[in-house]
Amino acid sequence: MNGRPPRSLPYESVSVGDKLPGLEVPVTRTLVVAGAIASRDYQDVHHDPELARERGSPDVFMNILTTNGFVGRFVTDWSGPAGVLEAIAIRLGAPNYPGDTMVLSGEVTAKLGPSERSGSRGVVEVAVRGANRLGDHVTGTVRVGLPMGRAPDPDTRSSPEGTVEGTPGGTAEGMAEGMAEGSPGALA
Amino acid sequence: MSPGTREPSLSAAATWSAPDPVNQPMIRHFVEAVGDENPVYVDAGAARSAGLPGVVAPPAMLQAWVMRGLKATQELERARAGGRGRAGTAPASAQDEVLARLDAEGFTSVVATNCEQEYFRPLVLGDHLSASSRVESVSDEKKTALGPGRFVTTLTEMFDQAGELVAVMRFRLLKFRPAAPSATTAATSAGATAGAATAGAATAGAAAAGAPARASREDLGAGMRPGPVLTRDNAFFFEGARLGKLLVQRCSSCGTLRHPPAPSCAACRSLEWDAVESCGRGVVYSFAVVHHPQVAGFEYPLVVALVELEEGTRLVADLEGVAPADVRIGMAVEVGFAPLSPEIALPVFRPSAPSRK
Repeated sequence: MNGRPPRSLPYESVSVGDKLPGLEVPVTRTLVVAGAIASRDYQDVHHDPELARERGSPDVFMNILTTNGFVGRFVTDWSGPAGVLEAIAIRLGAPNYPGDTMVLSGEVTAKLGPSERSGSRGVVEVAVRGANRLGDHVTGTVRVGLPMGRAPDPDTRSSPEGTVEGTPGGTAEGMAEGMAEGSPGALA
Repeated sequence: MSPGTREPSLSAAATWSAPDPVNQPMIRHFVEAVGDENPVYVDAGAARSAGLPGVVAPPAMLQAWVMRGLKATQELERARAGGRGRAGTAPASAQDEVLARLDAEGFTSVVATNCEQEYFRPLVLGDHLSASSRVESVSDEKKTALGPGRFVTTLTEMFDQAGELVAVMRFRLLKFRPAAPSATTAATSAGATAGAATAGAATAGAAAAGAPARASREDLGAGMRPGPVLTRDNAFFFEGARLGKLLVQRCSSCGTLRHPPAPSCAACRSLEWDAVESCGRGVVYSFAVVHHPQVAGFEYPLVVALVELEEGTRLVADLEGVAPADVRIGMAVEVGFAPLSPEIALPVFRPSAPSRK
């Protein structure tokens, strides 16, 4: 990863209604256990299938800290590394059991203006949903601060599928619209 | 909880320090677990390029810094098993005491339901957090899909080594009493179906009422799905379904067919009955497309149909093989059977062959 140039979405290029590229998360026992232990969560339902069953669950299931991690990753995968997470609020529904796949989708729901934390960032609100075959595992709202107040540098990506290069005459809004349409990974 | 244990005050805050400062190894474990390749979590140069002071912790990892860890978790569990409210070295938080109290009330299982975090600044390597947590509220007993339980909401403030507030977290969990296995959304033991007298999904002989699920589902879904409550009245129906027969109860005295199963004939009051096998064909008399609430073990949107059989009785069952938008009242359907467990199968309807897609 060393030397990878930070390419991040500027605040001005984002529009309400923009879809985030989808993210599929295959849920495995390894993931459930790795996430639980990495977050120092030693509740047995997150690592011991037998004890999980005794507690009425068919298998181990993902802990909420891991879900939080995926929600954060999902948004910064889109924003790029200069996107600074300011808040994550999630609600859990159907558990993430091994063998299932969680599909994360998201949409920009508001542009909130300059961040209270830093005037060089503008805050965007994203609605996130992670669904598995049992229903919605997670629904939530994320606020992320994006760089603002400067022209997008040519290295700046508009989405993982493309960059804003080659649209020097376009407005930020125009780029954002094009981005939304051109994001095949985006899920409604 | 042992007699004499005081009622914990909801406002009593517990304060403790993170065992370790924000550090690269723990960050690496976390970002690898969730597959996060954002370089600002591992590469100081990339972090500075992104306008950050150096490597930062994933904000969503916040809670991990102040988790009690394995040793204290085990001590706490031993203490709970021994009937004491908390363990010596575990954080003596009001939350622990509330949870112990709820354990004593029989709400022994726990599941996190909500987490709201706000981050006031990125955490950098070396930041050493302390947490101050208090229980904000404990709900009345609620009926939930997992069983009866009470929601516990805690508010935790996180401070850095300078005493500055760096983040807040509101966390809600459900302490619940696991319902009888087949009644919970997380049920596994299909064999316990018959004993699940409290199952809410299939009451009062509503044989396949709303509860059947997908024939196409694999073992995961099948294990999760609530099963029917078997009674002396409806046992024949499910025995038939297990054998691939859709049975309809018939009054032995007057010959009137009836469904759902019941002990006596509504037409002549006779208690004598037998059963006949339906041809399995019928029409959609009415239907609903269930989007919410979503219960584990079902696929949504879920089409639940009231099917009128050619024999004249109606039953409720899943309707498969047709998009929700394409379901029409009056459409011809035919029965199939979806195994719920080795002992239980549920009737499931699909569009009849001529109109099947």
